[in-house]
Amino acid sequence: MEFRRLNRKILDSYNTILMIVTLSFVLLTPIVMLVILGFKSATLLQEHSIFRLLFTSAWEPGKGNFGFLPFILGSISITVLSVLIAGPICLLTAFYLTQYAGVKLVRIMQPIIDILAGIPSVVYGVWGILVIVPFISDIIAPQFHVQTTGYTLITGSIVLAVMIIPFILNILIEIFRTIPIELTEATLSLGATRWEVIKHVLVRKAKPGIISAFGLGISRAFGETIAVLMVAGNVAKIPHGLFDPVYPLPALIANNYGEMMSIPLYDSALMMSALILFASILIFNFFSRVSIYRLERNL
Amino acid sequence: MLMRATCGIIILVMGLILFTIFRKGLPVLNWQILTSVPKGGYYFGGEGGILNAILGSLYLAIGSTILSLIISLPSALFLNIHLKKHQKLQNTIRLFIDVLWGIPSVVYGAFAFTIMIYFGFRASLMAGIVTVTLFISPIMIRGMDEALKTIPNTLLEAAYSLGSTKYETAYRVFLRQAMPGIATAILLSFGRAIGDAASVLFTTGFTDNIPKSLTQPAATLPLSIFFQLSSPIPEVQQRAYAAAIVLTVIILLISITGRAISFRYSKNDIK
Repeated sequence: MEFRRLNRKILDSYNTILMIVTLSFVLLTPIVMLVILGFKSATLLQEHSIFRLLFTSAWEPGKGNFGFLPFILGSISITVLSVLIAGPICLLTAFYLTQYAGVKLVRIMQPIIDILAGIPSVVYGVWGILVIVPFISDIIAPQFHVQTTGYTLITGSIVLAVMIIPFILNILIEIFRTIPIELTEATLSLGATRWEVIKHVLVRKAKPGIISAFGLGISRAFGETIAVLMVAGNVAKIPHGLFDPVYPLPALIANNYGEMMSIPLYDSALMMSALILFASILIFNFFSRVSIYRLERNL
Repeated sequence: MLMRATCGIIILVMGLILFTIFRKGLPVLNWQILTSVPKGGYYFGGEGGILNAILGSLYLAIGSTILSLIISLPSALFLNIHLKKHQKLQNTIRLFIDVLWGIPSVVYGAFAFTIMIYFGFRASLMAGIVTVTLFISPIMIRGMDEALKTIPNTLLEAAYSLGSTKYETAYRVFLRQAMPGIATAILLSFGRAIGDAASVLFTTGFTDNIPKSLTQPAATLPLSIFFQLSSPIPEVQQRAYAAAIVLTVIILLISITGRAISFRYSKNDIK
């Protein structure tokens, strides 16, 4: 009897240690990643100044020129555009699903959003090549008298927008559901229309939440790799219009990794692009999450 | 009106995606593609199939899901039982894991590849499993955490009052109570693992053979789709569509199973 009790206690403390070990492993990994990525990019930073790296646009690894500007601008433009496309659609749908729609529609929409969120990015890429690329090159571009292959900034943005819609939508719906129903009902009882409720209660109350949902969408779009790589064209030039090809940072890493060993500093340059991605997404995610936490606590 | 339209757009887009993939892929999909590995000249339109990629992806996803489960389950239980009294620490860790959630898989891939070069490892199934594990663990932990969070405090107190240790409370009470949610979290992570391309691009490699051990490279479905689609030969491109169907069907099955689990068990919840 005594022995069994002791056994249980030992088991319990062993388990506690195991739990602490696994949790610290998960929490320490990103810090190790950050350190190693930083360490790796330091080699490049010793050779070139950070301003030259970030604000020039010559990308000739063979000659030792590493200007990240086209890639950074490519990433920013494709991300901003996709959020501009996805944003209004997500907002309106979230309003509709939380305020107007019946239980039945919500029950249909939930699995659809889940499936969209689950479809792998490579499948989105295939869909983009099959549908959006010809749509842009054959139907949209001729309207503007532009000749294009269809692998452009706008193509990438549309595909990306479709990919981040379920993601943003889920967060928005969750946030709108945390708004107490008494609040909307009280406003309705004062004679407000549903739209007035949305405008004056929902949006005002959930404003930080809405901004954060978009923030998370932005970081999602910023890091998306394969689908964008497949449809955005990948030309290392600063895009000047919607129908120019772009070459975002994740695509740069995915395309050139493995063959960078022969050229000095190339490895370090790619690590630096991974670091730029990592750091900017961490920052975006952090602020978005913090403000969602605050919002949920205050309600 | 506009709102109904946007809702319709989303339904339409999902329909369009599934329709496009199935219309393009179904005519090419046949038994041979599913059950044979690429033979000589496959990438120039020769005989063969994508069995190497199907099995490779399944091995990779199953391996990394199990490995991630070993890491995630204790972490999630610890967060909800041992740290119950330390609200601030609990919230900080949650926030940290949420922030990790968004790190793109290509960064994990690039990081893992650097480590592999440093130690002189070649691309292998093992390396892929480890990389994908790193990438899906935050997803799995937060999924489990969401399920465990809903367990009322009274259950914890009841277990303690009967003399349970924290270990027994964790694995006999909490685990059982949150089972449906935990199962859904595992499925979700499995879907992530099987669908991701960027993290396995450098770490798992690509091969025409079915991997026989953990140290061999392995083909994966997303990469198989990606490589075949970039081929200029129409026959090879069409096989990419067939592979896309396989991947999509796997994802749909996961989604349906997840729904079925949460539907079936949602009646037994203690509210």
